[in-house]
Amino acid sequence: MTSPPGCSSYLALFVTFVLIPIVYGLWISLHSWDFMLPDKPFIGLDNYISLMSPDSVNFSPFWQSMQASAIFTVASVPLLLVVPLAVALVMNANFRGRNVVRAIYFAPYVLGVAVVGVVWRFVLDTNVGALNWLLGALGLPDSIAWLSSLPAAWVALVGVTVWWTLGFNAVIFLAGLQDIPKELYEAAKVDGASKWQAFRNVTLPGLRQVTAFVTMITIIASANMFGQSYVMTSGAPGPENKTLQAGLATLQAANSVRYDLLMAAAVIASVPVLLLFVIAQRYVIEGVSRSGVKG
Amino acid sequence: MNATPWYSGTSAALPPLSRRGFLWLGAGAATAYLAGCGGDSVGGGADGEGVGGFSGEDYAGAALTLTYWNGFTGGDGPAMQALVKKFVSEHDNIEIKTNSISWPDFYQQLPAATQAGKGPDVGAMHLDQIATTAARQVIVPLDDLAEALDLAEEDFAPSVWGPGIYNDERYGIPFDVHCLAMYYNKDHFDEPGISEPPTDAASFDEAMTKLQGAGFDTPFWMPNLWPSHLMFLSLLWQFGGEPYGEDGTEATFGDEAGVKALSWMVEQIDKGYSPTNVEADAQYTAFKNGDTSVTWDGIWQINDLQASGLPFGVPSIPTIGDEPAVWANSHQFFLTREAADDEDRSNAAKTYIGWLSEQSADWSAAGMIPARNSAREEPAYQESVQYALNEQTEYLHFLSAVPGLGGVTPETIEVAVNEAMLGVKPPEEALMDAQEDAVQLLEEVLSRYGE
Repeated sequence: MTSPPGCSSYLALFVTFVLIPIVYGLWISLHSWDFMLPDKPFIGLDNYISLMSPDSVNFSPFWQSMQASAIFTVASVPLLLVVPLAVALVMNANFRGRNVVRAIYFAPYVLGVAVVGVVWRFVLDTNVGALNWLLGALGLPDSIAWLSSLPAAWVALVGVTVWWTLGFNAVIFLAGLQDIPKELYEAAKVDGASKWQAFRNVTLPGLRQVTAFVTMITIIASANMFGQSYVMTSGAPGPENKTLQAGLATLQAANSVRYDLLMAAAVIASVPVLLLFVIAQRYVIEGVSRSGVKG
Repeated sequence: MNATPWYSGTSAALPPLSRRGFLWLGAGAATAYLAGCGGDSVGGGADGEGVGGFSGEDYAGAALTLTYWNGFTGGDGPAMQALVKKFVSEHDNIEIKTNSISWPDFYQQLPAATQAGKGPDVGAMHLDQIATTAARQVIVPLDDLAEALDLAEEDFAPSVWGPGIYNDERYGIPFDVHCLAMYYNKDHFDEPGISEPPTDAASFDEAMTKLQGAGFDTPFWMPNLWPSHLMFLSLLWQFGGEPYGEDGTEATFGDEAGVKALSWMVEQIDKGYSPTNVEADAQYTAFKNGDTSVTWDGIWQINDLQASGLPFGVPSIPTIGDEPAVWANSHQFFLTREAADDEDRSNAAKTYIGWLSEQSADWSAAGMIPARNSAREEPAYQESVQYALNEQTEYLHFLSAVPGLGGVTPETIEVAVNEAMLGVKPPEEALMDAQEDAVQLLEEVLSRYGE
């Protein structure tokens, strides 16, 4: 772009890439819509009713995947805040080889989800995987079905996700830590604060907005978790640990062409995260500017 | 991994040719073609015009490039590439741009790409997807080509011939047949002295016990995902059941035959022949590594196993139920709506499909069984490993080709088999639940496609 984008060009972008798709999505969800079929009859709220009525075939796959996404979010978000924060504190300290440690923690994040999923599928396989072999060699139970039984599959999915993405959150925390003025720590030291007290009263308050931002993006990422479940567990055992996105993906797999149902499901599914964002947006926007991350 | 980008075919960048040049090219191609196929002409040749403008003569127009999509990403990939190369070397005016993507992605992308004008001109797909794709107007009828090729119903098994027709028009040109088979490790079988591969429930059970006695603790790993539903379908047919009613309006896989089939599969785990929780592809990896003695899988794995050097045999699956039966599918060629709009592309594409369909015996190199009865007499097939399965061809069962049905199986049968194999639900319950879902899904499908 040659001229600085003014208000009108933002509006144009917003309308083209945000507003129209949303309205179009809503429109699709109210019609029997297949882009290859000439007729797209209006069906009103049929799709929404079908997703909401317990005796419909679409009810349990959809709500099961909603539930799976909720379980995954609740289990993974606290870990994805605490562990990266701890890592960031370590990386913020002065020691030899600090850059190497930073790189090591960040390394998994550069891998694509397909690579991560396939590699961990080999490691976690019940019968031929490395993890169970290792557990066996240590004299521990070696027949845990990490990918095909509950709750072991949740442990596997959360564990892999933490391993994979903690570097990203840690880097943002690190940026936040480096933003806290040194004088505050010096003042705390003069006042005779212990390390823990300095952490409680200087570090945590200083990270407030960054934490709000990280929490928000982690919740969104977890609620949208797809690849790990899709690649690693392929929906076993049964549909119970298919997260929302994986559940939706099977809804549109191969030839089941129910785009309108998918749209209706997507509309319902985006409500919780959207509400959360509306409530928390003030902190998130402040956090973005504080941590210097351009969202 | 064949990461050829999506490519919308345009004429190859060749210098313009004179009229004489064209004729020369066409003649050259025709001679090369005749030489390559031992004088076996593609079509009626002399009997003039075919239906829809294709006469059966090789395309002789300006040089162009056809985009060709398929899902041959496994052991069958190299064999297809070899065929394409051979075609191009025999046809100077037709270049082929191949794009191989995994089948699930293939079926998802094909309609969208065609709609956007970025789809292929020609491709191969499964028999049970033809009707759906035809109903969605992605592909066009090929009756003229079938006529020009002298495709005759009596040269094909009815189950391969019939489903290529939708609303009285032919959309698919049959290429091959592929089915489930039983792979066994010959070294393992030699140890306890099992001389013949098992053929029924009793001899199968006996073989498993003997193998266990010889130190192979888990001789038959039972997968909970792919291809477990193909094993289930085969057994369902063996016990006299049918997954769906003839016209695709009923779901019947949960009846007595289905319960018997799924119970037998679960029993293999209960008896200790298989470990529990055999995850995605683990049974195949284990077989390749010699950790399990028997596995049921598609014949498209033959090439991969041969390359691994494992001493294996691949007879039919045993008859566990009352009569021999095995799941099968067929690859068929199609022409897209996009190519049909342009007469040159359409004729070139038909030349290509016609040529490929005549190579079905050579396609045996991909581990497949030729679709034509006559091609099954040719040495290329009779000398192949899968010829051991030849007797099985009369027991092949195909899923019915009703539009939209392809989307129902993954959400119902596959879920039930998965749940039962993992012990989450007993077979009866898993099947009943899935059958109830299937009834509703079939209604939805009918309201969408039924006129």
